[in-house]
Amino acid sequence: MNPTGHPHLDSLLAQFGDRLQQVTIPYPAELHFRIAREDILDVAGYLYQDLKVPLDLLLAVDQRPQRGIFELVYLFGDRLRHAHTSFTVPVPAEDPVFPSLAGKIFVAGRYEQEVWDMFGLVPQQHPDLRRLVRHAYWPEDYYPLRKDAGTPGDGTVPDFKDEGQPFRFQRVEGEGIFEIPVGPVHAGIIEPGHFRFSVEGETIINLESRLWWVHKGIEKLFETLPLRQTVKLAERISGDTSFSHCLAYCQALEKVAGVEVPLRARYLRTIYAEMERLYNHIHDIGFIAQDTGFMWAGAQGGRLREQLVRLNAQLTGSRFLRDVCLPGGVTRDISDVVHLALVLADWLKDFHEVLQVLRSNTIFLDRMQDTGILFPQRAEDLQVLGYAARASGQNRDTRRDHPYAAYDFLEFDVPVFEKGDVQARFEVRVEEIRQSVRLIHAALGKLPAGPLMAPFPDLPENKVAFSQVEGWRGTITHWVQSGSQNQIYRCKVKDPSFVNWPAINLAIRTNIVPDFPLTNKSFDLSYSGNDL
Amino acid sequence: MDYVAKFLIAVVQLLIVLGASPVLVSLIRRLKARLQGRLGPPWFQPYYDLAKYFQKESVVSETASWIFNFTPYLQFVCMLLIALFVPFYTAMLPLDATGGIIVIMYFFLLSTFFLALSGLDTGSAFGGMGSSREMTIAALAEPTIILAVFSISLVANSTNISTIILRLGSDYGLLFNPTHLLAFAAFVIVTIAETGRLPVDNPTTHLELTMIHEAMILEYSGRHLALVEWSAWMKLFLFLSLLTNLFFPWGVATSLDLLSFVAGLVIFAVKLTLAAGAIAFMETILAKVRIFRVPELLAGSFAIALLAIISFYVL
Repeated sequence: MNPTGHPHLDSLLAQFGDRLQQVTIPYPAELHFRIAREDILDVAGYLYQDLKVPLDLLLAVDQRPQRGIFELVYLFGDRLRHAHTSFTVPVPAEDPVFPSLAGKIFVAGRYEQEVWDMFGLVPQQHPDLRRLVRHAYWPEDYYPLRKDAGTPGDGTVPDFKDEGQPFRFQRVEGEGIFEIPVGPVHAGIIEPGHFRFSVEGETIINLESRLWWVHKGIEKLFETLPLRQTVKLAERISGDTSFSHCLAYCQALEKVAGVEVPLRARYLRTIYAEMERLYNHIHDIGFIAQDTGFMWAGAQGGRLREQLVRLNAQLTGSRFLRDVCLPGGVTRDISDVVHLALVLADWLKDFHEVLQVLRSNTIFLDRMQDTGILFPQRAEDLQVLGYAARASGQNRDTRRDHPYAAYDFLEFDVPVFEKGDVQARFEVRVEEIRQSVRLIHAALGKLPAGPLMAPFPDLPENKVAFSQVEGWRGTITHWVQSGSQNQIYRCKVKDPSFVNWPAINLAIRTNIVPDFPLTNKSFDLSYSGNDL
Repeated sequence: MDYVAKFLIAVVQLLIVLGASPVLVSLIRRLKARLQGRLGPPWFQPYYDLAKYFQKESVVSETASWIFNFTPYLQFVCMLLIALFVPFYTAMLPLDATGGIIVIMYFFLLSTFFLALSGLDTGSAFGGMGSSREMTIAALAEPTIILAVFSISLVANSTNISTIILRLGSDYGLLFNPTHLLAFAAFVIVTIAETGRLPVDNPTTHLELTMIHEAMILEYSGRHLALVEWSAWMKLFLFLSLLTNLFFPWGVATSLDLLSFVAGLVIFAVKLTLAAGAIAFMETILAKVRIFRVPELLAGSFAIALLAIISFYVL
């Protein structure tokens, strides 16, 4: 007997019938089933093209120790019908190939490259199968996320040899076309990334970025660390998104363990998550202006941000809200609700004054307008997330579409702009600052009494759950499978940067080289969150 | 004027430009910082930087030719030579009889030309980018400079700096005629473009793709970098000295006595401080324009310079 009550269920069953096996609804509004490898294209294509459900995540799990197979998991998130559908596909260990979805779902290609890199499962008919994570000096047949992969240096892993193997960049040829290689080491203090521009004069014809210079093995670490420490690890995936990554991870663990988080903790999580959004948004608004040479704005952005991170420290003991979120709840309470509300109201007034100055600087406005346009269609094809998507007409926000914490009980607006240029991304963030303060004020007003933490038991074995959180940069997805002895068997982390990076390459085309830093800043992506 | 006095003045001129140009840069940085609500770097940071660069090894690319090594010295010597033509506190200039304002401008352009060559020399993409941008700006700025210089010369009836200052200083009515004022406006814009200040170039940026001057010198290190940086500071100092003294020649000593020298020095310091304040203020309220708007700006300054010349004949 099949379960009922999921918006995709009936149409999927009608379309595919018995080809869907073990159909379950493990959590509310989440449909899960298994299909055979040959059916990937049909089912995924149907979900994406007919039901218009975008692909949120594609990951692989090495199940060989127990079942002798690899598994692929495809996760689709339907933001209009507030539901998720995921399916698992077994891939035999002796024949580690699977059909590539890239022809049907463009964004799938990038996930498939990652799966190939980390697990050695080969996507067939992939249009652009170049190494993503593993740079050329990585050994040919070393796939780090396989369970039997050794640690470099322990004698089982082939040597990492840098023999100057080149990366296959797309070459643009023609009269007057030059290549400008930039990075991975930059003049400013930022993380490493290599950008290869093909330019005609100052006009950019093509840009390719090569990231993944500092692979940290985070997903592998999740599998080896004790559970308590994996929470700290989640906080360190991307330093500027400590709280949201931790929240996403904790929510996934809570689903696995079946723990209900006390209501007060859910409200506090909402408040802290919005505090994180606030301090990042204001900092980058200042920086966007500073990158046009408007130094005053950079100083003001830094000042306003500093006020907020100090407020964070006052509230929680950590400027970046670390060690606040734990599985089961939060560790820090907010006692003086009125004080926080007043401080934030003052802060918002201060912000509006700075904003007024920013908006009256015509050179700054001129630099932002029409620069780095990400067209809505491209934003949709690339499944761009967060404010970058909302600036390009994509009306998506996980807080509203798949509510978590206390967002269900609070009112807020999701700003959407159509133009997709630097100014639109700037304006979305300005509006989100207002909405964040509004959310915090509302949450403080309704803050229910109760405990901060629910007791958190040991994890049941072999259970799967995922969780999505709208970090300030966009939707963060954590997918967790528990193992034995309270360990994590597999944790897949997806920072929005992973899908947003390619958007910069498209947005910058036909712009001029000196506008790249500004465009790049307006997307403001994480190297660290991308390069796990 | 005897040779001893000329020689002494020459020595003092060189000491001033070498010693005071880092202070001027420091002053601008600190004023800017205060206007932006920051504390700013220590007063002597430019000197510390120079000391640091001189102690460090100079790394030179294997593909670089002699031009790369030669340019810092050429630039440095150009700036020192120009210092002997530019009035600071006295109109009694050591090389006065050798050349006038046109020579000054072409020494500036000579050093720019070699800097652009050395940017291309190492074959790095940034150097090439910087050189191409710098040359675009220089090519557009040069006609304006010449026209502005001509219009001042027309007013003063000479291209000799001492004569210009003596004439303008003796008849303040000349300072307020339209030719002079228009030439001043054109010269201000050109000074901003040539010395790489906002809104044309951002001297404090770390974004290598937006740089103009900084992109050309990215490959320099050690003593070469020290000389290149020092030359850039001297260039700013010299341009501001020219700007303030040619258009506001008050207080520039015209006789050989100690009192007028001291008064000249004090007034010169005040003028430069005001100019530094103006730059700091502008760099606080302005952002950097899109690079393709720079030609529009320079075309505007060219039109102003042209008007200056026309107004001389028409009015």
